[in-house]
Amino acid sequence: MVTDRSKLGFYLLLSPLLLWLVTLIILPHIGLFAVSMSEKVGVREYETGFGNYAVFFNEPLYWRTFARTAFMSILTTVLTLLLGFPIAYYIAKLTRGRTKTTLFLMCLIPFWVSELVRTFGWMILLRETGVLSNFLQYTGILSEPVEFLYNDAAIMVGLVYTSILFMIVPLVTTLDSLDDSLIEAGYDLGGSGFSILREIVIPHAMPGIVSGCIVVFMLSLGNYLTPILLGGKDSLWFTGLIYTQFITRFNWELGSAFGFLLLGLSSAVVFLGLKLSRQSLSDTMGR
Amino acid sequence: MTSTADLVCRDLTKDFKDFRAVDHVSFEVPQGSFFSILGPSGCGKTTLLRMIAGFQFPTSGDLLIKGKSMIDVGPNKRPVSMVFQHLALFPMMDIGKNIGFGLRQRGVPAAEIKQRVGRVLERVGLPGIENRQVSQLSGGQKQRVAIARCMVLEPDVLLLDEPLGALDLKLREHMKIELKALQAEFNTTFVYITHDQSEALVMSDNIAVMNKGQFDQIGTAKELYYEPANAFVAGFVGDANRFEGKVTAVNGQIVTIETEGGGVQQAHASAKVPSIGQRAQAFVRPEAIELSKTPFASATHPNASAQIVDSVLFNGANSVAILRDPKSGETLQAALPQTGEFLGLGKGEAIHANWNAGQARCFVAEGQ
Repeated sequence: MVTDRSKLGFYLLLSPLLLWLVTLIILPHIGLFAVSMSEKVGVREYETGFGNYAVFFNEPLYWRTFARTAFMSILTTVLTLLLGFPIAYYIAKLTRGRTKTTLFLMCLIPFWVSELVRTFGWMILLRETGVLSNFLQYTGILSEPVEFLYNDAAIMVGLVYTSILFMIVPLVTTLDSLDDSLIEAGYDLGGSGFSILREIVIPHAMPGIVSGCIVVFMLSLGNYLTPILLGGKDSLWFTGLIYTQFITRFNWELGSAFGFLLLGLSSAVVFLGLKLSRQSLSDTMGR
Repeated sequence: MTSTADLVCRDLTKDFKDFRAVDHVSFEVPQGSFFSILGPSGCGKTTLLRMIAGFQFPTSGDLLIKGKSMIDVGPNKRPVSMVFQHLALFPMMDIGKNIGFGLRQRGVPAAEIKQRVGRVLERVGLPGIENRQVSQLSGGQKQRVAIARCMVLEPDVLLLDEPLGALDLKLREHMKIELKALQAEFNTTFVYITHDQSEALVMSDNIAVMNKGQFDQIGTAKELYYEPANAFVAGFVGDANRFEGKVTAVNGQIVTIETEGGGVQQAHASAKVPSIGQRAQAFVRPEAIELSKTPFASATHPNASAQIVDSVLFNGANSVAILRDPKSGETLQAALPQTGEFLGLGKGEAIHANWNAGQARCFVAEGQ
């Protein structure tokens, strides 16, 4: 009866996970999908069809916002990687002991306050009467106040800042596991800094790079607060559109369709990224 | 400048924050020879090797390879290659790419790289494994690939940082012979560091014994073994029984020492002869001790003594008996002759030991 017992134990341990998956993820999505497939034809009259999806493709504002969100999220991911990699390399390879812990902690500390507060911090820096504008006037570079908020660059800064930790952590972990003697061997065999980075360090860090990129991309794509606060009403972020459909327009049918399109988009981009970098999901997430 | 020396170190010194790792080390390694640096862990041998490779910079002194100073040359520009302690093969590349790495850095055309990689793999006895992964190789194969990866660049000097340490005993014995054969095959200067004296003794043309950042002695294996320059070398290279006591008589180079327990020994002082009353140490190799079941004539054998067998450590041809002097309580390790005479030797038996004063070495005790 040992096998029956161990089976029971297995299912008991599995049940919280299954409960979570079914009630919080699968059921809402089934409901969302059902709502997105129903077209409103009159007062409390609905028909099943792809009408809501057709609205998305027929209205340029919607699919352009969709494409813009995807493009800017990819750009955020690339920028975060370019900024995060040297930081992670420095923490993992060039420091040790207490300095390393301190630096790692300094990356972490901003995340002890909520995203909202951090974003307001950026608003204090970038607004027309803010720190940056005042400083540039004080030094004489600007003659009158300039608004640095409410443009794409401000959104970009906010998104990179919000997500860089999620790039640094996996990178530090993978770079930490790279044996120093491999880098030394590379130099010993006549390699230059660049060729060692390309042939030894990056191939070794690839799983960390990919998992960091996936997380950062997903976070940016699904971010609502940062684009709205730093981009203002012109931010045109796809999550903003979904919010409008659900809350302002009370058009749950179209909002659900948008939600499904966003899910499809993120899955497609992650799939493409994995194919391009020749990594598998189990390789990057399973370590 | 001698034209034959591949590697010359002059007064090389390396200071760390609070201690001196390498202290005024000078030596020369002639072309095509196998030079070992032997020392206990923490003696500074790794620091010395890393300075030769270029990963650490000496505080003072000069380092010449083929007559050119290497002080301001980076590790990737030096004509030396290093086999790392854990080999440091690149797991992200297959064997062919691993060996070709250095050639690719030099911009050698792909076709030539392929040809040279194939040739060097043949020379280390592993032809046709270019497409295998590092994880598919055994310990000994990895070792040879690591050497091939260095040798394909035809370095002037090959540095080896205890590369046999991670292997099991049988393979280590085998690789010792193989390394020596590879060195002869490539006719390249090898500088090998180890804490394992048997590795150094078997393979090397010349050995430097390093202690506390300094070279205590440079010589051939035989010189180190039979003519140690000081007490450290005598105790570190090979097994030895050590006695310490007061000098009671000096007769030319033959010194008589009386130990605390009252034992009296005579030994040969080849370096500095201690004077009467000084403290001195004597070293006797276990195989230099003659055993007999009948007493030696004490007039002609001044080092003869009656002993009790404490235990017999059987190890085939290397079997050793531990003897105890019933008077002084001092123990003595003696190699058991495998002639059959002492086959039945057991604990508690009485036996007589003797050695020739000329085969025992005497040094003035340190700190005098």
